[in-house]
Amino acid sequence: MARDDTFPHVRRHLDALSDEQLEARFWELTQQIVDPLVALAASHTSPSIERSVLMRMGVDSQTCAAVVAECEKRALLGHGAGHVLLVCSQEWGCDVVAAAGRLASGDGWETVDANWGGAR
Amino acid sequence: MTDSAQHPLDPNEKLDLPALLEGLEQYRPRRKGWHWREPVPHQRLYEFQYRETSRNLEHSVPLPAAHYFDDIDPQPDCVITTEIASGRVEDDIRRMRMAAWHGADHMMVIRTAGQSHIDGLLEGTPEGVGGIAVTRKQVRLTRKALDLIEDEVGRPINFHSYVSGVAGPEMAVMFAEEGVNGAHQDPQYNVLYRNINMFRSFVDAAVAKHVMASADMVQIDGAHNANATSIKAWKVMPELLVQHAINCAFSVAVGMRKSDIALSTVPPDAAPAPCMRMDLPYAVALRDLFGEYRMRAQQNTRYMESDGREATVSHVMNLMISRLTSADIQSTITPDEGRNVPWHYNNVHAVNTAKQSLVGMDGLSEIVKIDRDNPEFQARVRALKERAVLFLEAMVRDGGYFRSVEDAYFVDSGEYPEANDDGIARESFGGVAEGTIVPREADYLAPVCFHFGENNLPPGVEKPCHPIGGCTLCDPDKIPYIDELDPEDNVEVRLARTAEVREKGLITPEVQWAADGIVVVTLFLPASERVAEVAALELGRAMNLKDPEVIHKQVMHPAEGTLIELKGRLEAFVDPATLVIPELPEVLSDEDIREFVAERDVRCVAATVGMDEHSVGLYEILDIKHGGLEKWGFTCEHLGTSVPVEKVLDAAIEHAAQVVLISTIITHGDMHRGNMEKLADLAAEKGVRDRLLLISGGTQVTDEQARGWGMDAGFGRKTKGIDVASFIVKTMRERGM
Repeated sequence: MARDDTFPHVRRHLDALSDEQLEARFWELTQQIVDPLVALAASHTSPSIERSVLMRMGVDSQTCAAVVAECEKRALLGHGAGHVLLVCSQEWGCDVVAAAGRLASGDGWETVDANWGGAR
Repeated sequence: MTDSAQHPLDPNEKLDLPALLEGLEQYRPRRKGWHWREPVPHQRLYEFQYRETSRNLEHSVPLPAAHYFDDIDPQPDCVITTEIASGRVEDDIRRMRMAAWHGADHMMVIRTAGQSHIDGLLEGTPEGVGGIAVTRKQVRLTRKALDLIEDEVGRPINFHSYVSGVAGPEMAVMFAEEGVNGAHQDPQYNVLYRNINMFRSFVDAAVAKHVMASADMVQIDGAHNANATSIKAWKVMPELLVQHAINCAFSVAVGMRKSDIALSTVPPDAAPAPCMRMDLPYAVALRDLFGEYRMRAQQNTRYMESDGREATVSHVMNLMISRLTSADIQSTITPDEGRNVPWHYNNVHAVNTAKQSLVGMDGLSEIVKIDRDNPEFQARVRALKERAVLFLEAMVRDGGYFRSVEDAYFVDSGEYPEANDDGIARESFGGVAEGTIVPREADYLAPVCFHFGENNLPPGVEKPCHPIGGCTLCDPDKIPYIDELDPEDNVEVRLARTAEVREKGLITPEVQWAADGIVVVTLFLPASERVAEVAALELGRAMNLKDPEVIHKQVMHPAEGTLIELKGRLEAFVDPATLVIPELPEVLSDEDIREFVAERDVRCVAATVGMDEHSVGLYEILDIKHGGLEKWGFTCEHLGTSVPVEKVLDAAIEHAAQVVLISTIITHGDMHRGNMEKLADLAAEKGVRDRLLLISGGTQVTDEQARGWGMDAGFGRKTKGIDVASFIVKTMRERGM
């Protein structure tokens, strides 16, 4: 929406504020805007986040991409791709990197389905 | 790792690129986190005391005028950035070494066009456009080279790139693993300039920032882009305050320290606007509001044209704002960025513009202060803050960040609350990677450290990575390494193409990549602009330049002429083994010369001979003021100009001089040769040749010719007093004079 410079009129309520009070207001408002963004981030994940989890578990980028893409397809990201990997490695008695390799090759997803059956 | 890659760098040897590539899979960064320069209060260097400098470098190239000041190279107190964007990692690191020698300690590696839209990590070393494909191998090679370079110059170097785009969390993890020291991270950049889905950008950013904090990286925000893209940059200031605030508050909320958060701030305007008066209130308002954060002072690119001189002047004015306010990181923009991807020497020029200006204005703020009581200034600072508060109030009223972006609040050409309805609008349910965020379920688990957000660790687990026996951020041995994926587009293939040039040390011009052959020719053409431009291309072809291209033109007068800078490729190589390089005469120490002269009472007679009125060159060699012979105690009898050779010789005999210096500038009709031969013959006739050193000098004189014409030595252009003094002392010693 186009608008003329209404500054002289719309600023009147700020007139009474000292510089310190104005600066405090600036940060209070910013916090109000940022709080819901932080809450959204804390309660959600994404393919990149899940790949970053697998990376930190020692999985190379290409394997991360394959495993997370399949988790996404199977609607498993909300449980955590690292979680999926951890469960598989525990059930298969191997380390998480080996489990990721197996899943990336398309093998072993029945173990995943058994744990989160119907997630799709 | 090979031996050569482990050894300290030799300042006289080029980087050994093949050796650097060996053993990369085992290379680990030796430190993490940012390095701020160590200030040295009241540092004394040469005859000066400084107020705003830091620890000196062990190796560096000082400013050109430093030789008047005992070659000091004072380092300003703030970190100095250079932006590296050759597109090839092997050339990037060579340029970093050059920039480091001139005082850069923040290497900001620009990413290739399009990488922010790639949903995942790239691997290997593919060539980039306008920047580099940032990959683990590229990062590791760069960090390995920088570890050597920082040892060579004697100051830690910060390595920096970008944690933006749709793969931010992955990029952050890779950077944390590889010892990258700083990064750009600002979800607003994704939203506004890359049209990446808003929800995805903020969700990813929280994890990315949290990981960055774990490695003590410094974060730089993306607000400067609003300046660079705005229609009227002087209108965007309230919004800039808002953008900085959103990224700062969001970063703190997800775990970053304020002292690791830097605002990317740029003086928005440029001349012919009265830019400093317009930009200073903004710089002050910003520092008032963000006093707990760091300032990364960027330089203006919004109004940058192809004129390197104009860009440099703008940047010096920007640097003055840095000095009158504050800067923790002083960024530099290369003066050629308005016309091409930065070139090697323009990185160095930009770093020197910053170093020269900051050192030149050292301590200035103690005596030149911003007048904060000036009513107009005070009102403007206040108004900027109020306009920003009004902007925030409206955002809250209208439903928060996402709604305000949908309503095109940002990058509008009006100064808020003025609006022209031309801002950037994005849809919440739109953009790249829309629909890709997922709510975390009640059993969501990420068994790794430094993970932001809800994470349902099994009961009894205190350290998140315990269930997997350690994550890569705790145990670097777990970091996987992929070498190359593309057998054609990689560093080894590119190096093989230039192997002959490198191994034989062949020399060809270069601005960006090894052996690119690019040269620039500056031409003044007495023609109008369009004619000059086309004529320049013809002249370029006549100079055997391939692909000639006009990269800058400036009208000197509509009819009288045009300045042209012409770029072209020269296909010529020089083998240094075929060059005959005359050895530089060795100069003696001041004390050695002074002692000898005092002991022997060395006297000189000097004159410009023949019908020649030139006197400047000879004064340069004789006068104490110019560092001439008098400096070491030589007694010099200067007979003046247009002196007959006979008179010079008579004076030498009369004063019992050991040295005769004749200056002969005019070479018309071999006049210089005649004078030299005549002097030598006369000295022989009078039987004094053995008692005298006969020396001639002049712009066209060469030592070889002068000796051929009977002199003991000849000195040409660029000769200094020390050269002549050293020759006299050495020769008198040899001859037992």
